[in-house]
Amino acid sequence: MNDAQSRRFKLLRQLFGVFLRIGPSTFGGGYAMIAMIEQEIVHKKGWMNEEEMAEMMTIAGSAPGGVAVNSSAFIGYRLAGILGAVTAVFAITLPTFMIVFLLSLLSTIFKDNEKVTAALQGIHASIVALIIVAACKMWKSSILDAATLMIAAIAVLLLLFTSIHSLYLILGGPLAGIAVVLCKRKLGMAVRTEKPPYEEKRELQYPEYYI
Amino acid sequence: MLWQLFIVFLKVGLVSFGGGYAVLTLIQREAEGRGWTDLGEFQEVVAMAGMAPGSIATNAATLIGYSEAGVLGAIVATVGIILPSLILVILISAFFLKLYNNDWIKSSFYGLRPIVTGLIIYAAIHFGLGGRGEAVPSWSMIGMLLICAGSIVMVTKYKVHPFAVILLSAVAGIVVF
Repeated sequence: MNDAQSRRFKLLRQLFGVFLRIGPSTFGGGYAMIAMIEQEIVHKKGWMNEEEMAEMMTIAGSAPGGVAVNSSAFIGYRLAGILGAVTAVFAITLPTFMIVFLLSLLSTIFKDNEKVTAALQGIHASIVALIIVAACKMWKSSILDAATLMIAAIAVLLLLFTSIHSLYLILGGPLAGIAVVLCKRKLGMAVRTEKPPYEEKRELQYPEYYI
Repeated sequence: MLWQLFIVFLKVGLVSFGGGYAVLTLIQREAEGRGWTDLGEFQEVVAMAGMAPGSIATNAATLIGYSEAGVLGAIVATVGIILPSLILVILISAFFLKLYNNDWIKSSFYGLRPIVTGLIIYAAIHFGLGGRGEAVPSWSMIGMLLICAGSIVMVTKYKVHPFAVILLSAVAGIVVF
């Protein structure tokens, strides 16, 4: 193994180690994990600077998927190419996978236990609460004017009263966005397509992905 | 079976804008449509997925994969839901970072974000009321409402960590139900 190869291997091993440690802290997504990534990657290892962190947040927040997987893919790719991305994503997913696996084994053992069923029902209620909180936060960053309010309302109504596949909504959203912006420009109205960056940092970027 | 699990979750992963909650109902629809879970089972899956770290959608994929095809199924489903994110993030960071300042892209996200909001609102309504249509004793309904309201207050007002809230609600569930 030559020098460059062994350095690359060492970097991959380090990436694996760091994201394996971050993995379990992705509980509740957003805040906790981003803070920990910043601590490890920017301050401790010096692998990225603040500006690259901001880039990471933009991508992680807009690509499909959870923010944890997206950020680790970004960091891994920046540092060590495609193999780095795969390593980082594998490392961040592994602990969660094990925990979920363990839970599902436990659940088969305690399946018909009354207490467990009751506990799961309680958890169900608090997850509904977390979804509501996530919806409120997402609302703040997405409902910027009457048009976006209309789009969200139409989406909810379609979901409630028709059996529309959400895929069509996700395809339709960008089209509606482009149409609205074009129309408004034609009419000479100013459109703000995003929240101002200051608010955006706290309100939009993190909490969209609450878990 | 494995191939089917992979394809279904690959599809889900590809449209999972907005993270876990927005695609929960899509996963439910796919899973119920194929007879992988019924409503009660799916609600259990969601409760367990919420107990583990990581994205609730990925965890749900792992659980459904496991129940359908064992360890291999769990792996296949998890890889399926993560793969689109991995590929897209690599593509974006390699080639398309500049595009974020493009007007068309900005307009697209301007329209996509309210849709994601709608999906999450629907998920809240769906899991809040879903399956409780049948004759549920009102006591359990009140209990659910209390736990739900309590959790909202804890998370928003007192900034309690979501994991602590979930643990507390499990205890509350044992007490109430």
